[in-house]
Amino acid sequence: MAIRCVASRKTLAGLKETSSRLLRIRGIQTFTLPDLPYDYGALEPAISGEIMQIHHQKHHQAYVTNYNNALEQLDQAVNKGDASTVVKLQSAIKFNGGGHVNHSIFWKNLAPSSEGGGEPPKGSLGSAIDAHFGSLEGLVKKMSAEGAAVQGSGWVWLGLDKELKKLVVDTTANQDPLVTKGGSLVPLVGIDVWEHAYYLQYKNVRPEYLKNVWKVINWKYASEVYEKESN
Amino acid sequence: MTTTVIIIIFLAIFATSLHNARGATMEPCLESMKTASLPDLPYAYDALEPAISEEIMRLHHQKHHQTYVTQYNKALNSLRSAMADGDHSSVVKLQSLIKFNGGGHVNHAIFWKNLAPIHEGGGKPPHDPLSSAIDAHFGSLEGLIQKMNAEGAAVQGSGWVWFGLDRELKRLVVETTANQDPLVTKGSHLVPLIGIDVWEHAYYPQYKNARAEYLKNIWTVINWKYASDVFEKHTRDLDIN
Repeated sequence: MAIRCVASRKTLAGLKETSSRLLRIRGIQTFTLPDLPYDYGALEPAISGEIMQIHHQKHHQAYVTNYNNALEQLDQAVNKGDASTVVKLQSAIKFNGGGHVNHSIFWKNLAPSSEGGGEPPKGSLGSAIDAHFGSLEGLVKKMSAEGAAVQGSGWVWLGLDKELKKLVVDTTANQDPLVTKGGSLVPLVGIDVWEHAYYLQYKNVRPEYLKNVWKVINWKYASEVYEKESN
Repeated sequence: MTTTVIIIIFLAIFATSLHNARGATMEPCLESMKTASLPDLPYAYDALEPAISEEIMRLHHQKHHQTYVTQYNKALNSLRSAMADGDHSSVVKLQSLIKFNGGGHVNHAIFWKNLAPIHEGGGKPPHDPLSSAIDAHFGSLEGLIQKMNAEGAAVQGSGWVWFGLDRELKRLVVETTANQDPLVTKGSHLVPLIGIDVWEHAYYPQYKNARAEYLKNIWTVINWKYASDVFEKHTRDLDIN
């Protein structure tokens, strides 16, 4: 199941386009599932094609759908002046919007080995990692340990603290984006440690998933973000 | 001479008892603690099929629950050392691991009893008095199931959905907890009758992302007999109708 179902994606895209246009008429922007920059099977053997397909087409798509629903309801509640509902919707917006934000970053954080996945960062990010963590291995060890220790669902992040001008490793619960841990934090690499991210392949052995995912981490993207944000 | 001996003996007893008393207060109360152990399943791993696959039951019991037990015992051991050292900073730091792993052990120990093969009563609706209480609080058994499924599906991230008894308010409740928080964290008077694990590991190999499908099917293997027993035990002294 390593082949992306391109035909149905195009049909769905057409339908999405129509509903997007209708909602845009009412002044609300809707969000759409971004395409993966590689085939579902391209990250094997680190992450199976089956996981990638379900993760993208089911989980991320559900966040997008529910995020759009919540935003539409928010728009109605705001127009009606229904503050109680506006507040009540924040949980659904944070969870589904966060899920959309996080996964959009995640797909860019990954790359097939043939396209640089796993290739260590060079340039300013490479130096910064050495300065803050001693070495890339040191960073990987720290992130893997913190990722394994997340209780329940969540993410482990390598981020840039723009204010303190330093790299940080942090974790967030559920679909909380990194920014919920600090307004000046910019995500460079995020690793999904929800069970859906690895269970079909690694079962309960999250540390094994964390050990292998580094082979497909796209340090090129992380470097670009780092250079852009640390001027 | 005899008086002196008696006084010396008395002082010796007094000194010994002081020593013992001091030893008792300084001795960590966990000295004779019982470690947790993985309870056996009351049925075979494949006995809950097709509702829950054998693969899931095996992993869930032998890997997930076992890990909670192992890590809980480890944390308790560390707690004992920290207390013996008077290292209060570590005592506090360990609470997160104790809550998570201890909670995981408590919750899963209940969960295995909440399930039963169909040929052993799994899925068979409850009788009175629990049945009437359910009708009184939720309208019908279907009403309760619908509510639990909706709340279970809506749990953001990992957690549990519970059907519980509030001993203080004398009523039945549906509640959810995050991660491995036991039901009692939502109210100390809450007694769990049924808990359904909605962590992804509880259903993913079989149902993938379709948690709602898992929740729909699990009711065919819910052990209402156990829930009734717990309900009756806790309401014998209360006045619930």
